[in-house]
Amino acid sequence: MSNLTDITPLRWLMRNPIWGFVLLVFIFFSLMSEHFFDYRNFQNILVQTSTIGLIALGMTLVMINGNIDLSVGATLALAAAFAVDVQSWAMFATWGNWQILPAVSLALLVGILMGAINGFIVWKTGVDAFIVTLGAMLGIRGLVFVYTGESSFYAMNFAYSDFSALSVGPFPVLALIFLACTLIVHLVLSRTVHGRNTYAVGGNREAAVNAGIRVGPHMMVNFMIIGFLAALSGVLLSTQMGAATPNLGRDYELWVITAVVLGGTKLTGGKGDIIGTLGGVLAIGILRNGMNLMQVPAFYVYVILGSILIAVLFLDKRFNRTANGGLRL
Amino acid sequence: MSDQQEPALRLKGIVKTFPGVRALDGVDFEVMPGEVHALLGENGAGKSTLMKVLAGMHQPDEGQIIIAGKPVRMTTPIEAKAQGVVLIHQELSLVPEMSAAENIYLGELPLKRFGRVDWTTLFERSNAILKRLNCNFRGEVTVANLSIANQQMVEIARALTVDARVVVFDEPTASLTDAEKVVLFEIINDLKARGVGIVYISHRMDEIFTLSDRITVLRDGAYRGTLTTADTDEDEVTRLMIGRSLDLSRDTAEHSLGEVVLEVRDLSCAPLFKKISFSVRAGEVVGFYGLVGAGRTEIAETLFGLRSPDSGEILVDGSPVQINAPADAIKLGISLVPENRKEQGLVLSMNCRDNMTLPQVQNLTTGPFVSSGAEIAIFDKYRDKLEIKTPSWRQTTRVLSGGNQQKIVIGKWLSMHPRVLIVDEPTRGIDVGSKSEIHMLLRALAAQGYAVIVISSEMPEVLRVSDRIVAMYSGQIMREFTAEQVTEDSLVQAISGIRTSEVA
Ligand SMILES: Nc1ncnc2c1ncn2[C@@H]1O[C@H](COP(=O)(O)OP(=O)(O)OP(=O)(O)O)[C@@H](O)[C@H]1O
Ligand SMILES: [Mg+2]
Repeated sequence: MSNLTDITPLRWLMRNPIWGFVLLVFIFFSLMSEHFFDYRNFQNILVQTSTIGLIALGMTLVMINGNIDLSVGATLALAAAFAVDVQSWAMFATWGNWQILPAVSLALLVGILMGAINGFIVWKTGVDAFIVTLGAMLGIRGLVFVYTGESSFYAMNFAYSDFSALSVGPFPVLALIFLACTLIVHLVLSRTVHGRNTYAVGGNREAAVNAGIRVGPHMMVNFMIIGFLAALSGVLLSTQMGAATPNLGRDYELWVITAVVLGGTKLTGGKGDIIGTLGGVLAIGILRNGMNLMQVPAFYVYVILGSILIAVLFLDKRFNRTANGGLRL
Repeated sequence: MSDQQEPALRLKGIVKTFPGVRALDGVDFEVMPGEVHALLGENGAGKSTLMKVLAGMHQPDEGQIIIAGKPVRMTTPIEAKAQGVVLIHQELSLVPEMSAAENIYLGELPLKRFGRVDWTTLFERSNAILKRLNCNFRGEVTVANLSIANQQMVEIARALTVDARVVVFDEPTASLTDAEKVVLFEIINDLKARGVGIVYISHRMDEIFTLSDRITVLRDGAYRGTLTTADTDEDEVTRLMIGRSLDLSRDTAEHSLGEVVLEVRDLSCAPLFKKISFSVRAGEVVGFYGLVGAGRTEIAETLFGLRSPDSGEILVDGSPVQINAPADAIKLGISLVPENRKEQGLVLSMNCRDNMTLPQVQNLTTGPFVSSGAEIAIFDKYRDKLEIKTPSWRQTTRVLSGGNQQKIVIGKWLSMHPRVLIVDEPTRGIDVGSKSEIHMLLRALAAQGYAVIVISSEMPEVLRVSDRIVAMYSGQIMREFTAEQVTEDSLVQAISGIRTSEVA
């Protein structure tokens, strides 16, 4: 009677149209460009994806909660600035490579703090997260400019800027960090109490309150997680560039939200998962990489991505209409 | 009913399947003009689905819809309405930010040139309809500001915008007061007199027997038969519906009462209720009876930390407590099964199991992770106890039938093993079989030492489950009865605000 349990690959793809799409573009670029199907290029894709991917993990939690965080790009820039600048503070001058430790810790703390402030305001004032984080986006970006004096910081410690080139066996460290975080967030969301509550709060806030979930603090935790991930992403990005620029992470919130939505997370909350988000992030990564290899001008990438976003969401609606009780709503 | 007459509507061999569920399995159904045809069946039997097929919201896999002799295909509710078929939903489906008038004419607003809304006509017409329904509000008010019962009236008013051939009422009385029910029944009889065919879905036998001319019974999606109301009785209908008779006697098995678990002293929250004092002992069921709007739900919400009282004390086990949030109440062992289960109790996008274990997942972990096995065990237990119909625990609760959604919420709080269980209208929308299951379950819980508070607007229900009955009228306790002293008359007097010489 129950055919809900036997999940064939085809069925799985229909539920997660984005992975079908990932497969498609993968095959497409493998055929179209001789440079694409190359093991080094895959490493590239993973490293390039990791920046947006890390933030997208946090955004998935926040969006399932029924919130959104527009301030991630600015948080990323602020954290990167701290990470690079603190290393050269006089008090750490004699620490050698250990300089990196307080710098990175402080940068990550700043990220968590920004998230906590966002979450606290959303909790206490009840103002929409969209508005709160829009304000935070402007405010934090302003802080970055104040802090950096509108110029870039350069990393003086070479161990720092070499970090991004490290590999463990065949895997670049940055990709490993991203994959590890993906696994952890996936487990948190799908297997822990916090994850369960994330769905409940986004799905029906009133029912969640009635079930004894403290919705405010719960949402704040998710904002802190995304703050942390944005900061981590900023740190890793600055190791790749060996510098922190005040404009770092501009528009990243849009890329991140696009990736998460492509992955099937609903803007209204209550629905979504990390597997989908990973698909969304990879889709964008492969597309940008592939078109780059084929020397398609960058602005076409936007046009194509926009069309794909709409197409994938349309397919999702077609295949998964039963989610609305099969009604034509 | 003359046999040669053409039915206003006929459904032939309707089949509708959903993934994992055969919701309708060759159902036949017909309504004559000027007939009230009741549709009965357990929760999940397929009543609402059948009506949604009829109203163009679902496409049947097989079968025919015949209106006035002609087979038709309807793909949207607007098309169905054009054919004269109007469905009044089990769940309210109004736009809360719009005015009542706009809601009544939603999708078919009267227009002036250039597509501008003709507000004068709109308000004129909708006010005329509201007047016919004896409503004490006007079409200009925003729906969000109306009480649930009045919102229901707006929903009903929608049916009167067209010359309906068939009007379907899907459990319309669930949230109406007795006075409003009378109005509704007048409307139904009025429609009937004008030759409209009525389909009436309800789990309340008394209504079915006063209103209907014929009764059709569904069971597990299959057609079980049609009876003429005048020639049958509740027992026969029940047997057709659930396959057995029901024992409706009161469970009189004595069990000893324990200490006072919950005590409330002079609790007030203006303007909802004032000077409320009562106590509940372990092993006792206290029924709160009164009209819809008497303040009972609000008291329950206060005890559960959803409202803050102006004054008064709440004592648990004899010591005063502060309850500022549901989390506090849950810690003290107080649970509330809310009245509005869909809005307050269910996360529709989550599956059955997760919904049921939501308040206690933090206690069901192994290491950092939630233990799926423990959760499924709880779900299975209460699925069997409450006879919840779902293909598996993975089903999202959105697609469950209305009654089964309610059962999930009830199961959720029962599985918490609270010390004080407050249930608000526990059997609203629940079929007769499960209703008596729930009554027995409440008695059994008391026997095991739980303190139970039952809020209900159904007299037979309070009489059947309570050891003591608190009668409320407009925010005040009028009288307290023990199960031995109570009579229907004195209860009715008390809840209508008539004070007798005796003071409780
Ligand atoms: N969109 C859907 N997807 C999957 N299953 C569905 C869907 N809609 C209804 N069902 C299933 O079909 C069956 C019949 O549901 P229906 O709502 O018609 O019951 P009902 O007789 O109206 O019950 P109630 O008295 O509880 O309202 C149920 O088992 C329900 O879970
Ligand atoms: Mg129903």
